[in-house]
Amino acid sequence: MADDKIPLLSVRNLAMGFASGRRVLPAVSGISFAVAEGETYALLGESGCGKSATALALMRLLPAAGRVLGGEVRLGERELLGLPEAEMRGVRGGGMAMIFQEPATSLNPVMTVGRQIGEVLAQHAGLQGEAARARAGKLLTAVGISDPARRLDEYPFQLSGGMKQRVMIAMALAGNPALLVADEPTTALDVTIQAQILDLLQDLQAERDMGMLLITHDLGVVARMAHRVGVMYAGELVEEAPCATFFASPCHPYTQALFAALPDLSAPGARLATIPGQVPSLAAMPAGCRFAPRCPHVMTRCREVSPEWRELAPGHRVRCFWEEAAVQRVSAVAEPAVRPALAVAQAPLVQVADLQVHFPIRRGILQRTVGHVRAVDGVSLALSPGRTLALVGESGCGKTTVGKALLQLIKPTGGSVLLEGHEIAGLSRAEMRPLRRRLQMIFQDPFASLNPRMRVGEIIAEGMQALATAERGALAEAVTAMLAQVGLDAEAVGRYPHEFSGGQRQRIAIARALAVQPEILICDEPTSALDVSVQAQILNLLAELQSSLGLAYLFITHNFAVVEHLAHEVAVMYLGRIVEHGTVEEVLRDPQHPYTRALLSAVPSPKPAAAGGGSIIRLPGETPSPANPPAGCHFHPRCIHAMPICREAYPDETRLSPTRVVRCHLLSSADLTAEV
Amino acid sequence: MLAYILRRLLYAIPILIGVNLITFALFFIVNTPDDMARMQLGVKRVTPEAIQKWKAERGYDKPLFWNGAAEGAGPVTQTIFFEKSARMFAGDFGRAEDGRDISREIVARMGPSLAIALPTFLLGLFVTVSFALLLAFFRATALDFWGVVLCVAMMSISGLFYIIGGQFLFAKIFRLVPISGYGGGLDAARFLILPVLIGVIAGIGSSTRWYRTIFLEEMGKDYVRTARAKGLTETAVMFGHVLRNALIPILTGVVVVIPLLFMGSLLTESFFGIPGLGSYTIDAINAQDFAVVRAMVFIGSVLYIVGLILTDISYTLVDPRIRFDR
Repeated sequence: MADDKIPLLSVRNLAMGFASGRRVLPAVSGISFAVAEGETYALLGESGCGKSATALALMRLLPAAGRVLGGEVRLGERELLGLPEAEMRGVRGGGMAMIFQEPATSLNPVMTVGRQIGEVLAQHAGLQGEAARARAGKLLTAVGISDPARRLDEYPFQLSGGMKQRVMIAMALAGNPALLVADEPTTALDVTIQAQILDLLQDLQAERDMGMLLITHDLGVVARMAHRVGVMYAGELVEEAPCATFFASPCHPYTQALFAALPDLSAPGARLATIPGQVPSLAAMPAGCRFAPRCPHVMTRCREVSPEWRELAPGHRVRCFWEEAAVQRVSAVAEPAVRPALAVAQAPLVQVADLQVHFPIRRGILQRTVGHVRAVDGVSLALSPGRTLALVGESGCGKTTVGKALLQLIKPTGGSVLLEGHEIAGLSRAEMRPLRRRLQMIFQDPFASLNPRMRVGEIIAEGMQALATAERGALAEAVTAMLAQVGLDAEAVGRYPHEFSGGQRQRIAIARALAVQPEILICDEPTSALDVSVQAQILNLLAELQSSLGLAYLFITHNFAVVEHLAHEVAVMYLGRIVEHGTVEEVLRDPQHPYTRALLSAVPSPKPAAAGGGSIIRLPGETPSPANPPAGCHFHPRCIHAMPICREAYPDETRLSPTRVVRCHLLSSADLTAEV
Repeated sequence: MLAYILRRLLYAIPILIGVNLITFALFFIVNTPDDMARMQLGVKRVTPEAIQKWKAERGYDKPLFWNGAAEGAGPVTQTIFFEKSARMFAGDFGRAEDGRDISREIVARMGPSLAIALPTFLLGLFVTVSFALLLAFFRATALDFWGVVLCVAMMSISGLFYIIGGQFLFAKIFRLVPISGYGGGLDAARFLILPVLIGVIAGIGSSTRWYRTIFLEEMGKDYVRTARAKGLTETAVMFGHVLRNALIPILTGVVVVIPLLFMGSLLTESFFGIPGLGSYTIDAINAQDFAVVRAMVFIGSVLYIVGLILTDISYTLVDPRIRFDR
């Protein structure tokens, strides 16, 4: 990037805030950065740091309460913040376009794809009618949607998640923008789809020499995509560096802490570093450096003066007083492993055999059942005390349904669930009730899974009362003890869930589940709604609880890094069936099923070296509907190794080791040849 | 789609039978023919003979469900249920106290009822949706604030006040329109202006507030932000994106009442002396003419069911997600 040229986008001292009553709470305080043509600038930060607010301020699309308090935004020569609204409309979608996080809600549900793209063409290219339609079709082809003529007449609900995001990108490209603002463009997507979309964005950018402002919380995505990185914390930019330098020597203590909080492949089971405390609230920002209250290297002047930018190397700047930063490279926090060593194989607590959950599809005048969605189609697994089984898969593979069916929250269609040898599948509600004490679940979204009208104490005590695990008199003490166990103060008892942060709420949810002293805990994506640093706290807590209480975990997730960190065994699911099952070491080090391999390679690694792209196995297409799975091996239409037999028969189990089972014809045929 | 409509129509059959049975129970089991006769005859003239005579004249002397004395199909057909209730399915509502045919009367009075109800409905919908759109467009400004205050004030005032106040102001003081009455042909317009106007004004407060909430909720959604990010004008965003989506919840409340427009308005029609179905019902209630009231209750239920079916069908027209699902 030539420095003497005028950058495509330059932001200077941008400050904005949100009106709250008569005050304006600052959300972004004087940030400056620039994006050149053909460059990807990643704005990295955790939720609430002001990165999305910055993007919306650039587009002048702030919500009603948002106020720009000062600064300057230039797109090329043109200053945007002072532009009349009518001229700004020409910039939006024309000069710079934006794509959003949630493709499912970002498209108008009652308007065809063609019309939604057509609006941009009419506004910025003056195209109408047939010409517009032809251009829209070309755009769809450009974003990798096949059969564009048909897709133009479809509505968003007829498209899959990945396809919707492609349509969003096509819409953004329609105005031929010089700058693309991508606000968490792949956060809502599965990893294999994420890989496709990131590829697409990279290709389009190179083709059109577009500037891209990529807003993300994911270090892996940054490593894959960015040329330069800016790290935001509490409304300020704290570090800026070229991508390679950034990953080689992050200097701000906050950046270093972010890296340390990532579950790392190199030290599985090690206790993750966490950042103490919380991001300061908008209403009470620290006077000096905003990270000072949580910083391990804090000095007196950090609390008094906000540090100025310090240039460490060309293009690498940091706002921090701590000088040794560059010298003292983050070392993996060498604390003893918290993941309990593989316990001697105990008798499994729960044994699930050939579990099936089918949902009927009803059609016609009489609503007859015309077919079944085979959400779970013959899953077998076992959970043992003190051990964690991770159930991994992309959305729609049936992993959550397995968890619910195991708890009998959904009645299984077939198969058996043995709890210490006793069948619980098909038990009546009344028969199941006393057993509920032994099986508990924590859910993905701690914002939605706690009753907002109940105090924390009541939430935790409710289960204890219902299942009579604590005596009446001792209830209050038991609740306090429970809170202490998950690391919350006793004063939390009288407060409501909304007063807590996401991580604290997940702690409450864990306390609620543990309150009845379960033996088995089903964790359904317990950290996927949380920031990395908070995720680290929750993972540590779960690991500690497992080693002290000997709990059996079924850990449902799509995140391999988490699996590596916490689990002993992994089962990979695809379209209702387990395709590969083994110990963590076996499956993650040496994946055998083509799907497992593709999944593992699609996870963006937070190391730019590994993001070369050559090692990534790109899966074509998306997961088919479980109502109508492909014949033979469900995976064959997307598999690069598909053979004729894959279209005909679902592969049998191939046992590779006492703990390792794979269902793939590649292996079974290899076996055959070996035997012959 | 066709199968869906057919299914909804099939579902309506058991509901209609249920409605008919409940209406019958209300009118003949809770309030027996003897009670009706006593009320009709008045306290002074009630003798067992008079009651018997009254019942026999009107066919209320038969058994309720089963006539053991009759022959052939008689045990079923020669009963109060069959003659008074089951026949309503065929549009045969029998005769009123004054001996006039109820069906013919209903057809004749439907015109004036619709002449008020339809313009009130259409004009009211247009005015309230526009007003709500205006308030949503200028959300969080003084216009929005005072608009909502006005709505709350208007919905807090009783409908009767609008009628009496309107008649006093426009008919008595300004003498612009007649106070009440009805004429045939084009002359009717003179009598209709005031009731329609008052009907619209009386409905503004609550509907506007409700629609405004729907618009604001819709405007907070992600796709609206996308539309703005395209560089569309605020007008294009409102009419092209928000309105269409907001119509979906608005339809729920609106389409269901369309068939009920045929029933007219009880209050407006009796205050303005319009010879429609509303005033017919009020008069029948005052005269304790049960045959008429029964007919109107039944028709009201049928129209309500029709309204529900129409609502579901109209959903499929505006919402592609439902259209393609069926």
